[in-house]
Amino acid sequence: MSKVGGAIVLVAVLAAVVGPWLAPFDPADQELALRLAGPTGAHWFGLDELGRDIFTRVLVGARISLMVGLVVVSVSSTVGIALGSVAGYFGGRIDEGISRLIDILLAFPGLLLAIAVVAVLGPSLTNVVLALTLIGWVGYARLVRGQVLRARELEFVQAARALGASTPRILVRHIIPTTLPAVTVQATLGMGGAILAEAALSFLGLGVQPPTPSWGTMLNYGRGHLLDAPHLTIFPGLAIAALVLGFNFLGDGLRDAIDPAMRGRRT
Amino acid sequence: MLRFLVRRLALTIPVLVGVATLVFALIHLIPGDPAHAMLGETAAEEDVQALRERLGLDRPLLEQYGRFLGGAVRGDLGTSLRTNEPVATAVVDRLPATMELAAAAMVIAIGAALPLGIIAAVGRGTVVDHAATTLSLVGVSIPNFWLGPLLAIVFAVELGWLPVSGRGTWAHLVLPAISLGAALGAILARMTRASLLEELREPYVQAARARGASRARAVLRHAFRNSLIPVVTLVGLQFGAVLTGAVITETIFAWPGIGRLLIQSIGFRDYPLVQGCILFIAVTYVGMNLLTDLVYGVLDPRIRYE
Repeated sequence: MSKVGGAIVLVAVLAAVVGPWLAPFDPADQELALRLAGPTGAHWFGLDELGRDIFTRVLVGARISLMVGLVVVSVSSTVGIALGSVAGYFGGRIDEGISRLIDILLAFPGLLLAIAVVAVLGPSLTNVVLALTLIGWVGYARLVRGQVLRARELEFVQAARALGASTPRILVRHIIPTTLPAVTVQATLGMGGAILAEAALSFLGLGVQPPTPSWGTMLNYGRGHLLDAPHLTIFPGLAIAALVLGFNFLGDGLRDAIDPAMRGRRT
Repeated sequence: MLRFLVRRLALTIPVLVGVATLVFALIHLIPGDPAHAMLGETAAEEDVQALRERLGLDRPLLEQYGRFLGGAVRGDLGTSLRTNEPVATAVVDRLPATMELAAAAMVIAIGAALPLGIIAAVGRGTVVDHAATTLSLVGVSIPNFWLGPLLAIVFAVELGWLPVSGRGTWAHLVLPAISLGAALGAILARMTRASLLEELREPYVQAARARGASRARAVLRHAFRNSLIPVVTLVGLQFGAVLTGAVITETIFAWPGIGRLLIQSIGFRDYPLVQGCILFIAVTYVGMNLLTDLVYGVLDPRIRYE
């Protein structure tokens, strides 16, 4: 399944990188006479309410989704690793403070805090990334904190300490690398989560604003045409589901490959 | 058990204060003057000043914070800017609709997940297991803001079997509940499979078989019952995801619950109502997590002594 996931993600990355050049139309081009027309040989996914080619907009939309996923996951994981390792390594009041902050942020279910932040800052791509990062780091910090708590007692870490290695060196060279496999799995699954969250916010009208083609925004506009033009809903949604499924397959496969218990069962 | 209860409650109080603090801070995150943002750029200065006074935004920050916390404890979350209705009343009025939808979604999720998880675990490694596992991963990946409209296209528009939106009869509940419960069902099915696989390896299951219990009895009467402990916990913990999902599902199906109220109040820049909805959902979620912890403590006594 991880190969299927990898293939889906690869196609999406290709669509994001070269899609805009391969796209048969400009994403902003309008053919008002053909507005809401269904799929044809020329327009594979049909046209939207302004007569724009949906296939082109889905291709270009891959860029927004992957970019949001990448930025959110990179920043969240960096912040999460930094705070989680500091909390786990130093313990005491630093750990107390960071852990309480994690508890408070985890008290907001899922997207709720992101919805709240975007509601007050205003709908835009930047604010979506900011809001998702604000809640995204928490999961990484909790994961890394747990891993560091265990790793700091390992023999090679104590040996490094005995040899006089500085704390930053012990953290960066010896402890943090032990957390990276688990972080990689979480980041892969987190890509799917971030893409889904961006699409959800855009669907609610709180994310990417028109005319920028975003899959969630396209779905939002499709809502008004469920009766007369269901293709507005079907194709962008299919793209979101496929890409998220791809990252979930990939993350699941990575977890199985990394988890020694699972490896043990296979051999 | 009492010590466990007191300790858990004591841990919850700072979290609730933190949640209320973040919700209070929201209004101060608004770029520029919050009162101006709520009334719009063209609002008259005297109207803006009146709103500042009404919301207490002209008072020192600490005083505002104290009043907000005090009000929240008493259940006074201010009044809606648009309707002048008390925020608490507006939220509580929508509560039955949201709870009805959440409960129906959970019933559907559990009803689908348990058989799927059992079939997958019992037939581990077979085609049935792969099909069930793939189906659950697909279920996790399909966004409810796509599944909802798809279900509406098929069952309301094409087949005409069910209403497309609104609340009233049980028929109105079917599509929103399936749309909201699908992802939870998928997660629960994966957990049921994993948990049951663990239990099936335990010696007591083999002992039951050795005593002559049929395979079905060994699975359902012995292993399955024990495998339910983590599943029950997950149901509790996933309640938050259901509440957030309800925000989207209620918007799609025009379901008159708290989620729809939240999105409508964001559209009207009715920030006291936005704060009220968010605080209410977060506090409900914290309460549900506390309840889950307590139930877990009852089901598995080892937890109480950790």
